[in-house]
Amino acid sequence: MSVAVKAAPDAQADGDDIVIRVHDLTNRFGAQVVHEHLDLDVRRGEILGVVGGSGTGKSVLMRSIIGLQQPASGEIDVFGESMGDRTDAQAKEVRRRWGVLFQNGALFSTLTVAENVQVPIREYYPALDQVLLDEIASYKIVATGLPAESSSKFPSELSGGMRKRAGLARALAIDPELLFLDEPTAGLDPIGAEAFDALIKALRDLLGLTVFLITHDLDTLHAICDRVAVLADKRVVAVGTIEELLALDHPWIQEYFNGPRGRAAAQSKERGMIADEERRAQLMAVNREAMSGEIGATEQNEDGGKAE
Amino acid sequence: MTAPAADFTQDDRTLRFTGEWTLSRLGNVPARLEKLDGAPDTVDMSGVERIDTVGAWLVHRLRRDHDVRIEGASEKADDLIQKVGQVDRPFQIKPDELPSFQRSLARIGKSTITAGHTVVGLLAFFGETLIAVWQMILNPKRFRGNAVIRQFEVVGVDALAIVGLMSFLIGIVIAQQGAIQLRQFGAEVYTINLVGRLTFRELGVLMTAIMVAGRSGSAFAAQIGSMRLAEEVDAMRTLGLSPMESLVLPRVTAAILMMPVLAFYAAMMALIGGGLFSWFALNLPPVTFVARIREVVPMTDVYQGLIKAPVFGLIISMAGCFQGMQVEGSAESVGLRTTSAVVQSIFLVIVLDAFFAVFFASIGWI
Repeated sequence: MSVAVKAAPDAQADGDDIVIRVHDLTNRFGAQVVHEHLDLDVRRGEILGVVGGSGTGKSVLMRSIIGLQQPASGEIDVFGESMGDRTDAQAKEVRRRWGVLFQNGALFSTLTVAENVQVPIREYYPALDQVLLDEIASYKIVATGLPAESSSKFPSELSGGMRKRAGLARALAIDPELLFLDEPTAGLDPIGAEAFDALIKALRDLLGLTVFLITHDLDTLHAICDRVAVLADKRVVAVGTIEELLALDHPWIQEYFNGPRGRAAAQSKERGMIADEERRAQLMAVNREAMSGEIGATEQNEDGGKAE
Repeated sequence: MTAPAADFTQDDRTLRFTGEWTLSRLGNVPARLEKLDGAPDTVDMSGVERIDTVGAWLVHRLRRDHDVRIEGASEKADDLIQKVGQVDRPFQIKPDELPSFQRSLARIGKSTITAGHTVVGLLAFFGETLIAVWQMILNPKRFRGNAVIRQFEVVGVDALAIVGLMSFLIGIVIAQQGAIQLRQFGAEVYTINLVGRLTFRELGVLMTAIMVAGRSGSAFAAQIGSMRLAEEVDAMRTLGLSPMESLVLPRVTAAILMMPVLAFYAAMMALIGGGLFSWFALNLPPVTFVARIREVVPMTDVYQGLIKAPVFGLIISMAGCFQGMQVEGSAESVGLRTTSAVVQSIFLVIVLDAFFAVFFASIGWI
């Protein structure tokens, strides 16, 4: 995730705006088929929401893309390179360009938060000196909205929401271009969830990240996703903006977005549009300060929300 | 990625940055920035083609430490440097640690307190179990026969193979080692005394207790522990079920009743092992072996084993269930508690065995 300061001199060639391309993917566990002939493209710089009922294989799809699950058949290209049959070195090259946030943070329990964040940096860039390493860990942690004091805490001393933020800090540690998020707002309170959404959007806008986001949270879908992919009937039945999806005649999609919860989320988005910018600034302040309980240092966060 | 890697040149007090200032392309730039010739006052970023947060951090650091002016940065790069600067806080990577001497003192203190709490907790748990037993006696319909029988199977029947094999081998080992020593005195025939008395008095029940602690005590702790994690125990309470009645009592009952049976069976298997060894290696036929066993092993030895066994069963199951009930928080705690259940029950069994030995000796069951 880096900002192209000039127009990229090495014209990154054809079709490079597709970061993840899944083609004809089939996954099965024993006799149970999870995915069949599944196709999905993720474009560079977008936040793609992946939704689907329980058991439709959202997490399995993510695990297939990041190589934790060997698909029964099909092709998966990430950054234009096939994920099948690659050597360890090649796989490592690709892995250093993405970050993954697992559902419960998946922090290493024997390491402090800062050490957790340093793990991927140490692994991929062993030559970095300790001072810089510590500083990187520290600013990543503060940037995800955790108080600076939590750097030296162990995961068991953090709440669920803080663990997710720490997990996000670790996922962002090596400045990836692509971010996988598995239900980032599940289990967070509405304020925390909204702040997390704002954070992800701000990071994307600032750093040009591509985000693959699995979620159940209708508010998240409305608030930050550029496009939404719907998993049903063992494949991706539709991809598009929410408006485009609403125009479709699929029963599950209709029920999902037009159910009472879906409508409430849509309305709250409309209402939110008006005071959006102001609200974002507030939420970034929530990100920075609310968790730390330091009320003293708010003045430096005034421009915190204007991330675009 | 053909853009040149991050680099810089120093031109008097101006640093000219070029290339891709991203984590993967930094190379030795951070180290070189550490040892500049004289403090810079200007950073020219017009040659920078890409920048990520780490690159921005390096620029921010220069600005923070040397108060440099930044020139030629694109709007986005400038924004990134600003943002990174906003999240610069004093930090600490590891929690504070006491000096090592105080740390060891603290550790001793903590484990003493933990040990004290465990003893008190175990006693309280024993009391709770007794109350549950009393209520069961007052209201016998609540007795969970099926659960007890299920635990009979788990604690007793399923353990037969491993306890039998182990005891059989122990019998052989005692006979073989005994025979080697006794041969020096031409008293090989006393091997039978050794095997007979040792297995009934001590080894049958002790080895069984250790095996049951490892198999069932740990299983009790792990089962109840994971039920606590999944809030099953709390659910039981809210539904009016007593966890003591439905979880603890069946397990304790099964362990108390199964231990003597298993211990006796273990002693018999050890006798068979010793007997076979005597037959093949020492040429003592089974008839002689059995006759001599009846002669030299007093009934009190058998009683001793049978008296100790249910007590050990009680201790093992209590320790297992108690530790299971102490599980809190994470899955790691299940593992820790399971380990303590096994360690505690084996320790208590051996301590009590020593008391029993003294006690039986003093009432003349020698």
